[in-house]
Amino acid sequence: MNRGVDLRRYFGFFPMTLLCLFILYAPLIIVTVYSLNDSRSITSWEGISLRWYAEIFTGPESEKFRKAAWNSLTIAVMAATTATIIATAAAIGMIRGGSFRGKSASFALISLPIMVPEIVTAVATLIFFSAIGFKLGTLSILVAHIVFCIPFAYMPINARLQGIDASYEEAAHDLYASRWQIFWHVMMPIMSPGIISGFLLAFIISLDDFIITNFVKGAGVETLPTAIFGSVKQGIKPNIMALSTLLLLLSILLVTASYFVGQRREKPVPTNQKPETEA
Amino acid sequence: MALKYLVSGAAALTLFAGQAMADGKLSIYHWFEYIPDELLAKFEAETGIEVTMDTYDSNEAMLAALKAGKMGSYDVAVPGDYMVEIMIGEGMLDTFDSSELSNFGNIEDQWVDVSFDLGRSHSIPYQWGSTSFSVNRDVYAGDINTTSILFDPPAELSGKINVLDSQGEVIALASLHLGIPQCSNDRDQLKALDDLLQSAKSHWASFGSDVAKDVLVSGDAAVGMIWNGFSSKAREEGANIEYSFPNEGYVVWMDNVVLLKDAPNRDSAIAFMDFLLEPENIAAVTNYAQYTAGVKGVSEYLEPALAVMPENNPRDGAGAGAFVAVCDEATQTVYDQIWTRLRS
Amino acid sequence: MAANIGTGRAVSSTFAPLRIWLLLPGWLSIGFFLLIPVLLMLVYSFLTKEFRGGVIWEPTLAAYDQFFFDRGLFGDDPRRIEWKYISIFWRSIWQAGGATLLCLIIGFPTAFFIATRPDRTKVIWLLLVTVPYWVNLLIRTVSMKFLIRDNGPMNDFLQYIGLINEPLQLINTNIAVQIGLFYSYLPFMVLPIFAAVERYNFTLSEAASDLYADKWTILRRIVIPVVSPGIFAGCILVFVPSLGAFLAPDLLGGAKSFMIGSLIEEQFKGNIGNWPFGAASSMILLSLVLVALFFYARAQSQGERA
Repeated sequence: MNRGVDLRRYFGFFPMTLLCLFILYAPLIIVTVYSLNDSRSITSWEGISLRWYAEIFTGPESEKFRKAAWNSLTIAVMAATTATIIATAAAIGMIRGGSFRGKSASFALISLPIMVPEIVTAVATLIFFSAIGFKLGTLSILVAHIVFCIPFAYMPINARLQGIDASYEEAAHDLYASRWQIFWHVMMPIMSPGIISGFLLAFIISLDDFIITNFVKGAGVETLPTAIFGSVKQGIKPNIMALSTLLLLLSILLVTASYFVGQRREKPVPTNQKPETEA
Repeated sequence: MALKYLVSGAAALTLFAGQAMADGKLSIYHWFEYIPDELLAKFEAETGIEVTMDTYDSNEAMLAALKAGKMGSYDVAVPGDYMVEIMIGEGMLDTFDSSELSNFGNIEDQWVDVSFDLGRSHSIPYQWGSTSFSVNRDVYAGDINTTSILFDPPAELSGKINVLDSQGEVIALASLHLGIPQCSNDRDQLKALDDLLQSAKSHWASFGSDVAKDVLVSGDAAVGMIWNGFSSKAREEGANIEYSFPNEGYVVWMDNVVLLKDAPNRDSAIAFMDFLLEPENIAAVTNYAQYTAGVKGVSEYLEPALAVMPENNPRDGAGAGAFVAVCDEATQTVYDQIWTRLRS
Repeated sequence: MAANIGTGRAVSSTFAPLRIWLLLPGWLSIGFFLLIPVLLMLVYSFLTKEFRGGVIWEPTLAAYDQFFFDRGLFGDDPRRIEWKYISIFWRSIWQAGGATLLCLIIGFPTAFFIATRPDRTKVIWLLLVTVPYWVNLLIRTVSMKFLIRDNGPMNDFLQYIGLINEPLQLINTNIAVQIGLFYSYLPFMVLPIFAAVERYNFTLSEAASDLYADKWTILRRIVIPVVSPGIFAGCILVFVPSLGAFLAPDLLGGAKSFMIGSLIEEQFKGNIGNWPFGAASSMILLSLVLVALFFYARAQSQGERA
C-alpha cells in the first residue's frame, strides 16, 4: 500500500460538502432571519420583533392556518397508517409468498404511484373522481394520499423483510405457533424498524403533498401546503416566513428526536445478510 | 353507473360523510383578495351560517375548475360579465326570482337590465371597474397614455412587464391596441392579433394575476397589466405607480355574484346575495377592494378618498371602455390557439 | 427501486398460502384509484374535445395531431411539424437534465465525503443533508425565490462585496427554474450514492493503489463504476420528478415558459380547457418516464451482473 495516501479523502470533496450544505440552508436561514423583521414589507429591515409569530396564532389568518394544519395532520396520520398496513401486508405477500406468476407485475403495480409523474396522477385522479361522481372533499384527498403513500411505506418494509431469514418463522411454526402468533410475536418485532420508517416516510410524503391535493380537494378544504400556496402566490408575507421557520424548527426537532430514539432502539437484529465489513 | 353507487356507498360509511352539506353552510368560490374577512364574519354573525371560501385568479380558471368536477361543491361564484353569459349558456347557473331577494330593488337601475343577464335572474352586481396597466414612474417618465407601453414598449421597460393570466382581458386589450373589433372572424385581423402577441411576448417578463400587485410593490416589474382597484392598493403599499387610461381604450368589467346550479345550500346563497345588496355591506367590499359598487345608497358608507382616486377617474381624452365580448365557437377556437401559442 | 424485484429469499410456508389476501388490498387500492384513472386518461386522449372543457365520446386522434402537427392558426394550413410542444418537452427534459447534472456535481462529492466519515459523525452529516428535505417543498421553493429575487438578499450581498455591479436577473429565467429543481431534489441524489459508497469495499482502491494507480484514476476507473447503481438511482430520483415539476416553473420561472407540468395543468385548470390534449400530453410524459425507467432498470441489471 502506498504510504501517506488516504484513499478515502479526495481534494475538494469537503468544500463541496460545505457548499452543498450552504445551498441547502441559505434560503431557509434567510427566511428565518427575515421572519424576525418588524417591517410589514419584506424589502426593508426595521429591527427585530416576534410580531409575525404572534400573528400566526392570533392574526386574521390564524383560523385558516389552524384548520389547514389540523386537516394536514389528520389526513397524514390516516393516510400513512392505512398505507403502512397495506404495504406491510403486501411486503409479506411478496417476500414470503414464494415465487408466483405475476410477481413482477405485482411489484410494478405497487410501485406505480412513484413511477407516474405527480401532475399526471393529480389530473387522472381528478378526472376519475369526476367521472364516477365521487364528491370532492376531505375523503377524496385521503383516498389519493393513501394510494401514493403505499410505495413509500412499502420500500423500507420490503428492504427490511428481505434481510430477515425465514427460519425464524419456520422455527416458530415448528413449535406450533399460530399464524397470528408468528406474525405478532416473531415478524412484527423484527420488521418494526422497517415499518416505522415506512410510516414516517409515508407521513412526510402526505404532509408535503401539494399538487395532488390541490387538484382533488373539495370546496373550502385546505391542507397546510395549499393554504400556504394560496398566501404566497400573492407575494411572500412575513407571517408566512414565520410559519416556515416554525415548520423548519419542528422538522429539526422531529428528525433529532427520531435520531436519538433510533440510537436507543438500535439492537442487533437477526439477519442473514453479511455483517457490514466496512469500518 | 354501478361504480358510482359503490363509491358513494363507501363514502357514506366513513366519518367524512358527516361533513356533507347541511343547512346553515355556505360555500363561496371567489376571486382572491376580494372580500374583507370582517364582512364574512359579520354575515356569519347575522345569519348563523358557516362560510367557507376558496379562491381563483381568473374567470377562465374558475370555469375550468367547475367543469373539472367542482360543480355541486359551491353555492355562489363571482364571475365577470362575459363569464356570466358563458356560464348561462353552459347551463351552469340556477335562477332566482327577484322577490326572493328583499334588497333586489337596491340594484342601480343601469345594472338591472344588463346584456349578460337581462333582468337579473342568475346574478347580482358585485363590483365593477376597469382593466388596464400601471407604470412605475421611477423607471419610466414618458407618456403612458397608450397601450404601446404593453404591446410595443420602449426599451427601458422591455423585459420588466407582468401581464394578467387572463385570456379574455389580454385579447380584448390587444384588440383595442390594434383597433380591431373583438370576436372578429376576419383572418387578417386574427393573424395580426397573433403576430402582435407573439412580438409582445418577447418584452414580457411574467404572467400572473395573483402576483399583479406584489410585482409592482416589490419592483420585480416596472409595468403591470392590472385592475384599477388592485393598482390603487399597490400604490398605497408604496409603489410609485400610475394607472393608465390609454387613448386606444381599456377594458371595463362587472363582477357578479351568481347562484350556481346544484348549489348544496341554495337558501344560504340567497341570504348571502341579499346581504351583499345592503348598501353598508357592499360598501365594505368597495372600501376594501377599491372598485365601484352597483348598489344604490352606498355613498354615505364609502371612504371619501375613493371618489377622487385617480384609478377611478378616467382622464379627459382617454379612449372608451369596452366589455369583453363572448365569441362564437369558431373564433374562440382561434383565440384559444393564439393564447396557447402565447403561453408556450 | 426496481432492485428488490428478485425472487424471495425464503419461502415461508406460514404466509405463502395467504399470499393473495395479503396482496389484494394493495392491488385493489392502487389498481382502482390509480391504474384505472391513468387508463381513463389514455381513453380521454383519444376523444373529441368539448368546447369550454370536457370531452365528447367520439374517438379521434386530434389531440395527438395537435401535439405533433401544426396546421396554422385556423387549422387548415398544410400540415407541418409542430415544434411548440416538442420544444416544451425538450425544454423540460433539458431543465430536468440540467438539474440532475447539478445535483450530481454537488451531490456525489458530498455523498462520498459523508460515507467515508467515521460512524458517529456520519449520521450527523446525513441528518444535516436531510433536515431541509423535511421542510415543505413549497416553502423551500418560495424561500429560494425570496433569496434570488432581483432586490433580494443574494443580490444585495453580491453587490455589497463588489462582485457584481448590477443585480443578477435570475428570477423568471430558466436558470432560476433549474436552481429550484436542483434545490428541491438534491437529497434524492445524495442518499442513494451515499448508500452505494458506504457499501463500497475500499480494499479495491487499495489494490489499485498498490499497482500505482493515482487517486483520481482510482475514483474514475474503479469507485465510480462500482457505485454506479447508486448514481443511476440518484439520477432517476431527481430526473423523473423534475420532468413533471409544477411548483418551480410556476414560482421561479414566472409561469412564462411552460414546462410539461404547467402545460398539462393549464388544460384542466387554466384558460384553455382542452381535456383530450391535456390527457395526450400526460400520456406522452408518462411514456418518457417509462422509457427512462426502462433504461434505468437495464443499467441496474447490467450493474448487478458486472
